[in-house]
Amino acid sequence: MTPFSFARATDADDALRLASARGGRYLGGGTNLVDLMRETIERPTALIDVTGLSSTIGERDDGGLLIGAAVRNTAVAEHAAVRARYPALARAILSGASGQIRNMATVGGNILQRTRCAYFYDNAGSRCNKRNPGEGCDAIEGFNRMHAILGASPSCVATHPSDMCVALAAFDATAHLLGADGERRLPLTELHHLPNGRPDDETLLKPGELITAVELPAERWFARSTYRKVRDRASYAFALISVAAALKIDGDRISDVRLALGGVAHKPWRAHKAEAALRGAPATAEHFRDAARAELAGAVPLSHNGFKIELAERTIVAVLQELAGEIA
Amino acid sequence: MRFVINDTDIETDIDPRTSLLDLLREQIGLTGTKKGCNQGACGACTVLVDGERILSCLALAVQYEGRQVTTVEGLADQAGLHPLQKAFIEHDGFQCGYCTPGQLCSAIGMAAELQRGLPSHVTGDLSAMAIRATREELAERMSGNLCRCGAHNGIIDAIDEVFGERRGQQGYDAEMPEKVA
Ligand SMILES: Cc1cc2nc3c(=O)[nH]c(=O)nc-3n(C[C@H](O)[C@H](O)[C@H](O)COP(=O)(O)OP(=O)(O)OC[C@H]3O[C@@H](n4cnc5c(N)ncnc54)[C@H](O)[C@@H]3O)c2cc1C
Ligand code: SF4
Ligand code: FES
Ligand code: FES
Repeated sequence: MTPFSFARATDADDALRLASARGGRYLGGGTNLVDLMRETIERPTALIDVTGLSSTIGERDDGGLLIGAAVRNTAVAEHAAVRARYPALARAILSGASGQIRNMATVGGNILQRTRCAYFYDNAGSRCNKRNPGEGCDAIEGFNRMHAILGASPSCVATHPSDMCVALAAFDATAHLLGADGERRLPLTELHHLPNGRPDDETLLKPGELITAVELPAERWFARSTYRKVRDRASYAFALISVAAALKIDGDRISDVRLALGGVAHKPWRAHKAEAALRGAPATAEHFRDAARAELAGAVPLSHNGFKIELAERTIVAVLQELAGEIA
Repeated sequence: MRFVINDTDIETDIDPRTSLLDLLREQIGLTGTKKGCNQGACGACTVLVDGERILSCLALAVQYEGRQVTTVEGLADQAGLHPLQKAFIEHDGFQCGYCTPGQLCSAIGMAAELQRGLPSHVTGDLSAMAIRATREELAERMSGNLCRCGAHNGIIDAIDEVFGERRGQQGYDAEMPEKVA
């Protein structure tokens, strides 16, 4: 690890002040940043501990929920309102990492965790455009079984590893940000970039900008939602494919739907095409399959991950069937 | 900088780069907590902070200044081994023993989570406020602790006996009457 100074922020303004004075990085639970610092992939000269910032989950007047950025992942999944009204979010978090890591990880840190691409981590031995812009990407011709099938570029085929973000993307969550120019809000689906030519430029956040909270809208029908994760072992593994979905049915027709995929792209992938195909359609397996195919029509397999396309299709259909069955 | 480790106050100067794991092992000499992967993947370094299980290898020690840290060395008391330690011996919950300190601390933190009603990946009904401590629940909740010797069945047997749903039932722990959760 390269040397750094350490300071604890007392509130969001203090964090911002410390970050601009020291040019530092924010530190949540450290479960991703400390690991990357040990590998000298990240080399901040100052760390500002933001775990003392808002760690409450509050009800909004309009019925939504506001989750402080310092809330631990365990606390989000444990919260009664999250479990009852946004079950896909609780399930997504509980399917990620381990009990110990979820106790440490914060909401802000989870959103900004970096890819688990093995070549990105292999600081000494591999070429990676995310680590060293312009040097090439060893994953494209390499072991890319875990990598992206949607929205990738010739520069980078990495995936965003978060489970939590997939549920947040499905639920139209909004990130609350605080920066030198004041507060602003960003839909979570816009916060992360696709890799394009600059995979090192991962988010819309400006230097020093802090995530203060995440807001979930007050849609009562999100109570009918779930998250399914397909992985190489039953627990404690990153997603090959994951699906977060919420389904609203009136009569025998789908009146509204939210669908997002994990393990497929450089960002949590909101499946807008599938949603458009589903709205107004009958809630049958056939229509679920057609919608999944509409979303995956643009999927591009790499040498080792072609299986992900069919796996994604089947997982989408299974999750929608589960939700439709729950309603019937 | 002040740390409270196994109920003992400890003052020590540290480099901010020091992990909680290295503080425990290298600076304080508490080598019970093990370093397996040093990257969050094995659970060998699990300790309890204010009763919650965390990975000490991914924790910067400075972040835990003033907090109550419990390591495997803090589990036994005057009366002897912790009931879970005894159950690990009884059920062959280890072979080489390298993962054991992490398994023990993790299981104790896990039991508290289960008791307060935290759901897990395998919990069917998320709205249930009480969750049955089935073997499936225990195994899922312990998935962050790997055992390279493959003693998982013995580990879950031991945890099941002390924290599982059959604990205290007639006949179940009759062979080991001295063990109480
Ligand atoms: C072995 C292992 C397995 C894992 N498995 C999974 C899995 O299956 N699914 C999954 O989703 N995740 C998994 N994870 C990743 C884990 O979820 C993340 O490491 C964790 O969520 C990061 O949160 P943190 O608070 O520790 O972040 P940190 O490591 O503290 O920070 C991460 C990044 O966020 C920035 N940051 C933190 N807070 C803020 C803020 N408020 N504002 C602005 N920037 C901020 C930091 O500067 C840093 O760049 C795994 C991790 C490990 C080590
Ligand atoms: S896929 Fe992206 S992160 Fe992985 S080696 Fe290529 S450029 Fe780096
Ligand atoms: S040493 Fe900490 S998880 Fe392996
Ligand atoms: S007993 Fe050897 S690693 Fe678990």
